[in-house]
Amino acid sequence: MIDYQQRMNPAILQIPPSGIRKFFDIANEMEDVISLSIGEPDFVTPWHVRQEGIRSLEDGKTWYSPNRGFSELRNELSVWFNRHYQVEYDPNKELLVTVGGSEAIDLCFRTLLAPGDEVLVPQPSFVCYAPLASMAGGVPVIIETKAENRFRLTPQEIEEKLTPRTKLLVLPYPNNPTGAVMRRADLEAVAEVVKKHDLFVLSDEIYSELTYGGTPHVSFASIGDMRERTVVVNGFSKAFAMTGWRLGYVAGPRALVSQMTKLHQYGIMCAPTTAQYAAIEALKNGDADIQNMRSQYDMRRRLIVDGFNRMGLTCFEPEGAFYVFPCIRSTGLSSEEFCEKLIYQEHVAVVPGPAFGACGEGFVRVSYSYSIKHITEALRRIEHFLGELRR
Amino acid sequence: MDKLLGLLQENARLSCEQLAVMLGKTPAEIESQIAAYEKAGVIRGYHTLINWEKADANHASALIELRVTPKRDKGFDEIADKIMQFEEVESVYLMSGGFDLAVRVNAASMQDIALFVAKRLAPLDSVLSTATHFILTRYKDGGVVLNPEDERDERRTVLCD
Ligand SMILES: Cc1ncc(COP(=O)(O)O)c(C=O)c1O
Repeated sequence: MIDYQQRMNPAILQIPPSGIRKFFDIANEMEDVISLSIGEPDFVTPWHVRQEGIRSLEDGKTWYSPNRGFSELRNELSVWFNRHYQVEYDPNKELLVTVGGSEAIDLCFRTLLAPGDEVLVPQPSFVCYAPLASMAGGVPVIIETKAENRFRLTPQEIEEKLTPRTKLLVLPYPNNPTGAVMRRADLEAVAEVVKKHDLFVLSDEIYSELTYGGTPHVSFASIGDMRERTVVVNGFSKAFAMTGWRLGYVAGPRALVSQMTKLHQYGIMCAPTTAQYAAIEALKNGDADIQNMRSQYDMRRRLIVDGFNRMGLTCFEPEGAFYVFPCIRSTGLSSEEFCEKLIYQEHVAVVPGPAFGACGEGFVRVSYSYSIKHITEALRRIEHFLGELRR
Repeated sequence: MDKLLGLLQENARLSCEQLAVMLGKTPAEIESQIAAYEKAGVIRGYHTLINWEKADANHASALIELRVTPKRDKGFDEIADKIMQFEEVESVYLMSGGFDLAVRVNAASMQDIALFVAKRLAPLDSVLSTATHFILTRYKDGGVVLNPEDERDERRTVLCD
């Protein structure tokens, strides 16, 4: 008998599995579950974008693309990025098309981190940063952002965690799960620290098109001279409702992108070809789709924030992505207890805050990537749940 | 497009409070805006979109193309006006292209519709010809997909989304 545990890489075995499986297993057992737990758009990819993917298949375009992605896609991307965020990237040397933002994050860690290099990871945040940093040989150092700062990252919080080994700062905004957004002034303050301590920044801007209240997203690369220290990760998943197509990209300084391209070339070859054809169409003619989806998310966001505040679960107003992160401490329950009771008693699924880092305790993540009808019913059930708790 | 109209078109049962929250207005503002739309004839009613095939009622509908002779001075208005008086008629449109009026008709059976066309529509003064197309299945109506199977949430929970 082979003792597999003994034979595998201990560095991989050490990485803890995601803690949220349990709830999904419960939810899958139930018939009438109302879920507010899913982290992807409920919209289907716009039809004209899907059509271009279909057309490419009909035309038999089923081959690899160049490692970096089709040059037409990179050209469009360069134009689009500049138009939206006022930063210019050379399509031939500074852009790489990846298998989702996920691959881009992985490439960035593996390219920048030497063994023992420390990566600052603000939490609560998307679950992949610390595990991927560890697997790349780095050492994740957690920064706990605070509700009273609206979950924004402050320069002090960075400085408290600096050591001589600190190399890279992850900047996960607009944030999943809190919905927090860093405004220009916040970014400028972070930029000063970054420069002073000679850090690099992985700016995960995957939700950049989903910000509300009329203030558009500011890319960290557009702040002062941060472009030369920043690897921007972005993609098509959230902006164009294209999660299943698996397409993202990285924009950054030539030397870094060139090494990332080498890794990508050996490990992946190229991002999906069909998806790239669809993405060209999305960039060329997709602005109205983004606007429409954003406006729908915004109405749902207002509805759900108002709903939670009415119920007495304080909920700071999220300014980006499609999540709210209400505080549930007033119930006297832990996040996990809250989610478990809620799903058993009312058949509503939300995700416990600690799934996104220990400092998420006392909060739950609620996605509003659902129809208004669905959200209204879920809010009704949650209100009933709180009523029962108080009795 | 006006967001308020968009929301109401999708779901006329949202309360003024809900609409107000979503649009960042007060309930009173929403109420008066709706009243204004009703007064101006922009909002012309609130009805329920029923999938009659599912309701198991006797139900048939058809789209009828009419070619008609327009009247001097009145154009197509006069004949349209006559046609829309019939209870069976759900909608009347003046069309560009190969025919003039498109009339959607509902009745209890296809035979009733055939009779309606033969006895009521075809004999009208200015009607030159009719072509009746029975509707066999409605997939989407009034912006709504009628078979909920087509709308099921197929998103799967990925472990660490
Ligand atoms: C903050 C954040 N970054 C990156 C991703 C990865 O997205 P993708 O790999 O689909 O581009 C996600 C997905 O949920 C996310 O929430």
